[in-house]
Amino acid sequence: MAERMGFFTDTSVCIGCKACEVACKEWNAIPEDGLNFTGMSYDNTERLGADSWRHVAFIEQRKPLARQEPGVDHEGPVPPLGTPPDLAPMNPMTPGEGGDLRWLMSSDVCKHCTVAACLDVCPTGALFRTEFGTVVVQSDVCNGCGYCIPACPFGVLGQRKDDGRAWKCTLCYDRIGDGLEPACAKACPTDSIQYGPLDELRERAAARVTTLNDAGVDDARLYLADTDDGIGGAGAFFLLLDDPEVYGLPPDPIATTRDLPAMWRHAALAAAGLLGAGLLAFAGRRR
Amino acid sequence: MSEEARGRDDGQAGRDAISEEVHGRQALSPGDHARDALTGTAGPRRRRRRRERPVVPEPEFTSYYGRPVVKPPVWKALDIAGYLFLGGLAGASSVLSAGAELTGRPRLARGTRIGAAGAIAVSLAALVHDLGRPARFVNMLRVLKWTSPMSVGSWILSAYAPAAGAAALSAVTGRLPRIGTAGAMAGAVAGPAVAAYTGVLLADTAVPGWHEGHRELPYLFVSSAAGAGGGLGLLVAPLAEAAPARRMGVAGGTAELLVAHFMRRRMGVVAEAYETGRAGVLIRTAEALTGAGALAAVLGRRSRWLSAAAGGALLAGSALTRFGVFEAGMISSKDPKYTVVPQRARLDARDDGNAVRPDGTVQQH
Repeated sequence: MAERMGFFTDTSVCIGCKACEVACKEWNAIPEDGLNFTGMSYDNTERLGADSWRHVAFIEQRKPLARQEPGVDHEGPVPPLGTPPDLAPMNPMTPGEGGDLRWLMSSDVCKHCTVAACLDVCPTGALFRTEFGTVVVQSDVCNGCGYCIPACPFGVLGQRKDDGRAWKCTLCYDRIGDGLEPACAKACPTDSIQYGPLDELRERAAARVTTLNDAGVDDARLYLADTDDGIGGAGAFFLLLDDPEVYGLPPDPIATTRDLPAMWRHAALAAAGLLGAGLLAFAGRRR
Repeated sequence: MSEEARGRDDGQAGRDAISEEVHGRQALSPGDHARDALTGTAGPRRRRRRRERPVVPEPEFTSYYGRPVVKPPVWKALDIAGYLFLGGLAGASSVLSAGAELTGRPRLARGTRIGAAGAIAVSLAALVHDLGRPARFVNMLRVLKWTSPMSVGSWILSAYAPAAGAAALSAVTGRLPRIGTAGAMAGAVAGPAVAAYTGVLLADTAVPGWHEGHRELPYLFVSSAAGAGGGLGLLVAPLAEAAPARRMGVAGGTAELLVAHFMRRRMGVVAEAYETGRAGVLIRTAEALTGAGALAAVLGRRSRWLSAAAGGALLAGSALTRFGVFEAGMISSKDPKYTVVPQRARLDARDDGNAVRPDGTVQQH
């Protein structure tokens, strides 16, 4: 077993270029899945799925990114075009108060969970854990039962319609085995997507979040970096600047197979009850 | 965009202050705020569609443009909800047929044996049809995984279906009666497992409407199965042999109503998914049919026709319950509210120091 590898996606330096999405599609030969215009800021990919293994979310908020002191002030509305500069309450010499709008960008991906519900529920064994601790679908085994799709607490997997099978990020299993980094991390121009041994990434992330908090970015927090959450920690974790649900991520995800022993007990009791009640129905009067 | 929907935005207060300051001396044009791209929250669309007045205020939550967090299942309602019903019907019918065999009720035994085999045959066809790659259905038996209810179910079905088939073939042809009886007895043991595991099958997903009911769904499904099996017995057996089917149908139908009620009460906000849209219509119709069927079964003890009608109502009620549960799961997975609100509550409770039980429910101080 090789070292466990993963992604650390530092959204504080994501510039929303979508190079990760493109590189992923190119390397993995993923088919086109609709050329939409959604109006959701710059996000026309919408979500992860069978044909989108990286998805950059765009969130526009009226909220300062950090405590910023621009040292200039202005009052009043933005003047109509053509207003003489000396009549304008704001002009290039007295720029507006900075930092009241922020644009969050975050490249989402399969989390390669430690306790992976998709892998647990797969009835064919098509989903398996690799020597790098990642979770991969074997497309030559998958029979398209679709169970992994609602099992994933992040809604990562999808079914390719014309093909019937489930697909998701492989963490570039075919690249990392050769010592290459995954296509998305390779293409990322700002190192927002970092690939490496998970332990090392966790250390780096902890240092980064401290740096940001010290710099006044109080919102910076790590997501899925702890190993005591409902999925036992993720192989791909994130530094976020707002609550996870703002990015479309579940705030407290659990792998539902955690409750499976209890569920099997309930089912066994229920089955015994049906058998017992059914036979009891034959006791008593004949009519 | 309503004020309430903006609730979680911490920048709201600041935004208003800025608006007032910047726009203080001129009228705020209505388009000003529309230009703000806001992440989706409980928008006006859903509110307008809601027919009932909410008893509790709409919970505040944030989402990404109102997009769902989890993926709705790709399963087709007719295939999978249909299978949930038919599998339950088959399982309970097998129990009835074994009892009828042991107590000398030949027509009840014959009818339920044939019914069970027919229901499970259609079930298998539906399950294979629903696969993305039907030709690879045999891959289901590559492994046995206890962590996968679908894998366990596949093995249960591959034990149950041949037994039920042998019992029915023997009943129809009159040949190999011993093998037929053995099949009927094996079917009676495996049948309840077929009826019960489907509850785990649905509950072991991130679909809020199913997982939040993971304690109750197996009981709901076996109750519903008993109602359906009893209903089939009332349809096929003459009055002289119908008493056990009647008892099973009435007990199953009553338990189905009670468990469904109890389950929704424990679900919190997710119970709404069972009350809205198509799911609400299906569930309410199912309850009416099951209730009427159980009542008619009790009152119609001396009438063949009333008994048969009661059987039909119990069967229809059971089927609609399954379609209703299926649909409620779909609704709950397409609205981020049902994922985010319970998880956020769980998280906030943990932060406040309240104990969270291992199953995720919150224990208040």
